[in-house]
Amino acid sequence: MALRTIEEINQKIKKGNVVVFTAEEIIGMVKEKGLKKAAEEVDVVTTGTFGPMCSSSAYLNIGHSNPRIKLGGGKVYLNSVPAYAGFAAVDIIIGATALPDDDPRNRNHPGEFNYGGGHIIEELTAGKDIRLEATAYGTDCYPRKKLETFINIKDLNEAVLFNMRNSYQNYNVAVNLSDKTIYTYMGILRPHLANANYCSAGQLSPLLNDPHYKTIGIGTKIFLGGGIGYVAWQGTQHNPMALRGENGVPKRTAGTLAVIGDLKQMSPEWVVGTSFVGYGTTLTVGIGVPIPILSEEILKYTTVTDDEIYAAVVDYSDAYPHMKPTVLGEVNYAQLKTGKITVQGKKVPTASFSSYAKAVEIAATLKDWIKTGKFDLTQPVAPLPGVESGLTFKPLKERAINNV
Amino acid sequence: MVSKKIVLHFSRRLVDRPIVYHLIKDYDLEFNILKAQVTPAEEGMMVLELKGKQGDFDRGIKFLTDTGVVIDALSESILRNEQRCTHCGACVTMCPTGAFELDLVTRKTKFLPAKCIVCGLCIKGCPPRAMELHF
Repeated sequence: MALRTIEEINQKIKKGNVVVFTAEEIIGMVKEKGLKKAAEEVDVVTTGTFGPMCSSSAYLNIGHSNPRIKLGGGKVYLNSVPAYAGFAAVDIIIGATALPDDDPRNRNHPGEFNYGGGHIIEELTAGKDIRLEATAYGTDCYPRKKLETFINIKDLNEAVLFNMRNSYQNYNVAVNLSDKTIYTYMGILRPHLANANYCSAGQLSPLLNDPHYKTIGIGTKIFLGGGIGYVAWQGTQHNPMALRGENGVPKRTAGTLAVIGDLKQMSPEWVVGTSFVGYGTTLTVGIGVPIPILSEEILKYTTVTDDEIYAAVVDYSDAYPHMKPTVLGEVNYAQLKTGKITVQGKKVPTASFSSYAKAVEIAATLKDWIKTGKFDLTQPVAPLPGVESGLTFKPLKERAINNV
Repeated sequence: MVSKKIVLHFSRRLVDRPIVYHLIKDYDLEFNILKAQVTPAEEGMMVLELKGKQGDFDRGIKFLTDTGVVIDALSESILRNEQRCTHCGACVTMCPTGAFELDLVTRKTKFLPAKCIVCGLCIKGCPPRAMELHF
């Protein structure tokens, strides 16, 4: 039975008497008051996550120069990092993992990857001047062939954070079974199961609090990078069919979100350029999603605790790179957060790449925004594909090209 | 008792002579070798944490100086840029001396400079690059 509508929640936000808990606070509240009573009282539960998310980007419209230049089909660099310009005259997009052409990369393994697209996005957000260098082929209507200028976010027509895959619903725990150190997007993994790295906010993570996407959908308004954003679509590799526990919570990497928002409103505190030794650059993004408590069932899902969320331990020296489905075991986030897990009988120290402390801060900030009327809720315009869609995540079907 | 981190520079002629062992044998000092290397030009460098009674400590230092070892205070240190640290916790298992600790209540990462031996592993390993080497 529906307890309330989003419209009714928004009325309460306007009046200033909305009841909001974070996904961490709600656990104890429901334990104390019981599900039924809590569901009657609580309008919204806020979630948060802050971790490296590689499929992140920013698109910019830099404005037209005089004479005009058509960057589309040409080459564009932002502080020597290549941006993609395959659009109309002055629209470009910069991805988090882009690297300067002269970056040594992994030529001397492991490479340092000190500066890339993620850092450009952070510096843009921070209001720093960025050097733009572009070459174009010149046309009758866009005669200019070369452009060198500083750009600043405040002068751009648009600066939009657009991340095609963020906020993974659960993630692998990475280990290394080989006899040499490996450098991965899950950090430095020492040989013979010497350490295990994980990356999820667990009980605070948005999609783990709404495992069947009952409230989070296309058009859901969210906290994105310290500003306001929206869920634009399901993220790439969205995989609702992933293995789930009896509580409905995925035990493997499952759903994802594509998100969009005005970069001009965001803050470099929540959009952080990040480097992974031997792997590359990326962007660490802060995301918070409000969950409207429309039913007892929805509230029940938000009370999920770390010890009820399981993740797969995966060997990144062999199973991961070679697409082998082998899982070394399952551990829950309560175990991961003690700093030690047991894998194949061995005690392995753990470290996180997702900041739980920052996730708490995001959920608390979003709660504060809602309580003070700065943020209202939206009704999704379409749901994300769930289990009923049968949507799965396919590997590449590689086919030989014969007539080369 | 005094305990100090010091850097010893050994010139080429000193590299093949046993020197630091006298600190234990003759001066009753306790030490922990934090870092040691011999460069291609065969000069030696060693970072020691030296501990003992003040009198023994001073006599030990005098002995080292007399043999020709050049002594510096450990002037390099690793500092955390608090503005860049996101408290993800990636450094916790990376540090060989346990200079990072996760606060189990706040989930924030504590940096304990007293345990740091300035090996520098955390500098490149920190995703937001919050750890900095200062001279």
